[in-house]
Amino acid sequence: MAKYILKRALAAIVTLFVLITVVFFLVRLIPGDPFNDPKLTDTVRENLYEYYGFDKPLVVQYGIYMNNLLHGDLGPSTRYMNRTVNDMIFESFPYSADLGIRALVFAVSFGLVLGILAALNRGKKLDVVCVLVAILGTSIPDFIMGAILQYVFGVKWGLLPVAQYKGIEYTILPAAALGFYTLASVSKLMRSSMLEVVSQDYIKTAKAKGLSQGRITFRHQIRNAIMPVITVLGPTVASVLTGTFVVESIFAIPGMGKYYVDSVNNSDYSMILGMTIFYGAFLILCNLIVDIAYGLVDPRIRIGKK
Amino acid sequence: MENLTKDLFTVVGKNVEKMDSISRPTLSFWKDAWRRLKKNRWAFLGLCILVVFALLAIFAPIFSQYTYTAMDTSAVNATPSRAHWLGADSAGRDLWVRIWMGARVSLSIGLIAAVINACVGAVMGGLCGYYGGKLDMIMMRIVEILYGIPNLIVVILVMLVLGRGMTTMIVALCITGWIGTCRFVRGEVYRLKEQDYVLAAKVLGVSDFTIVVRHIIPNIMGMIVTNLCMAIPGAIFQEAFLSYIGLGIQPPMCSWGILAKEGIANLRVAPHQVLIPAFFICVTMLALNLLGDGLRDAVDPKLRGTE
Repeated sequence: MAKYILKRALAAIVTLFVLITVVFFLVRLIPGDPFNDPKLTDTVRENLYEYYGFDKPLVVQYGIYMNNLLHGDLGPSTRYMNRTVNDMIFESFPYSADLGIRALVFAVSFGLVLGILAALNRGKKLDVVCVLVAILGTSIPDFIMGAILQYVFGVKWGLLPVAQYKGIEYTILPAAALGFYTLASVSKLMRSSMLEVVSQDYIKTAKAKGLSQGRITFRHQIRNAIMPVITVLGPTVASVLTGTFVVESIFAIPGMGKYYVDSVNNSDYSMILGMTIFYGAFLILCNLIVDIAYGLVDPRIRIGKK
Repeated sequence: MENLTKDLFTVVGKNVEKMDSISRPTLSFWKDAWRRLKKNRWAFLGLCILVVFALLAIFAPIFSQYTYTAMDTSAVNATPSRAHWLGADSAGRDLWVRIWMGARVSLSIGLIAAVINACVGAVMGGLCGYYGGKLDMIMMRIVEILYGIPNLIVVILVMLVLGRGMTTMIVALCITGWIGTCRFVRGEVYRLKEQDYVLAAKVLGVSDFTIVVRHIIPNIMGMIVTNLCMAIPGAIFQEAFLSYIGLGIQPPMCSWGILAKEGIANLRVAPHQVLIPAFFICVTMLALNLLGDGLRDAVDPKLRGTE
């Protein structure tokens, strides 16, 4: 097990390193200049270049950046004077994390319940409803989902606040919009996985031993069926996180996604660089945790996977 | 006991000569898959919707009296009517034409990106799986690293570097998009090359190239096509997302993502401007998902001969 974890962790570190390197040079390739404002005099521009270290050769810049990164410093924003990327992330990440966790909990719990109910009532009305939800959910992009929810519940019926993030009632719509796609895909996966497990021999054995139906469902069927769902949790976290980009800008939530989109539109390079690395590192970490968790629950992975 | 000889008997009710002949035409793999797909009502419905959408995307803008950029100030935010079938947007542009112009962009981005990804992925995966060894080792490490990097971040960065537009978007979607296909094709080829018929072909002296083209690819082609069909919605979603955050297609060109974005800005005044593009995006996704599910069942070799 220790060897397995070590191997996954090493792969994650290499991935992170490649990501940082690629992103660093890609950002330098973006056409344009953060300081191309014609109002700036040459001296000011030179001073700015010196301040941000852009006057040094690229390789030196890379070395400095990597060194700073190891100390946890993502550098200053090229757009907003006196603000560092670290400040921005610390300010905005709690909002995104809060929203993301709410959406994930909503999506995974409801998705699992829906999938299980559908599988247990195969072919009946409930199953049809669950399948319909799954199909709808996977066919609507989250920004459209957000806009429609906002319109129906916020504007038309006036039940929930339309924008900002100040209390529990503010979180419901964005979390639903963000989590709906995941809810749909989790329920779809859980349903098919449940149906697959039903025909396994150990279910037959359990039945032959005379276990009650409820016990078979909870002890044998669900526990085994949940495995494939765990594997997709890593990518799911990724999709929820990137979903925050648009959902946050629709609901005017001051989270990381909104800042990311803003910095893309403002061409705030150091901000794009810093946030991309932060996002990337976070997702790689999530994938690593999911990998390890999967190895823990399913011993076959550790031994069988090559 | 009378002595009975053979010539006293004849076969009645059956034509002896024809008993050995094969009565039904032989079905090739694709004919068989097509037959099963036609039986699947939902998948066939999906296919029909897609064909209709494709035809409308090609012909609707040509036969409309409006162009997708022409502004009609008297029809600003118009709701659907006889003059403007799907209404008009905040600049008075006819939505019916804009929807189908958008469909051209969205559908072709989805299709082209998915096809390129499938081809590159299949070739890479096929090479790695068939030859194995060092090439496979190195490629798999690269793939593993690329797989760990969040796809959307790469796409955003590439769009920033290359600039906005349809071609650059396809390039951006293809940079990491092939990895999924590559991984699964490699796995399949790895499994198939150990099969007896491949060994038989090898013993008979068939070249590597012919083995791959004649024996291995036909066996996984079905799955590649299914995968491709499932990858199109992803590409269309990403296009819509990129257009939404302002990195996609450049106005006045439009795509479904742009139409939805413009509609959202105008949600309170004219909700139909969001709902109509949303409807078309959803129906297309739905059709592709239904077709993909149907294709997966139709080409699954495990299901052959079970009916």
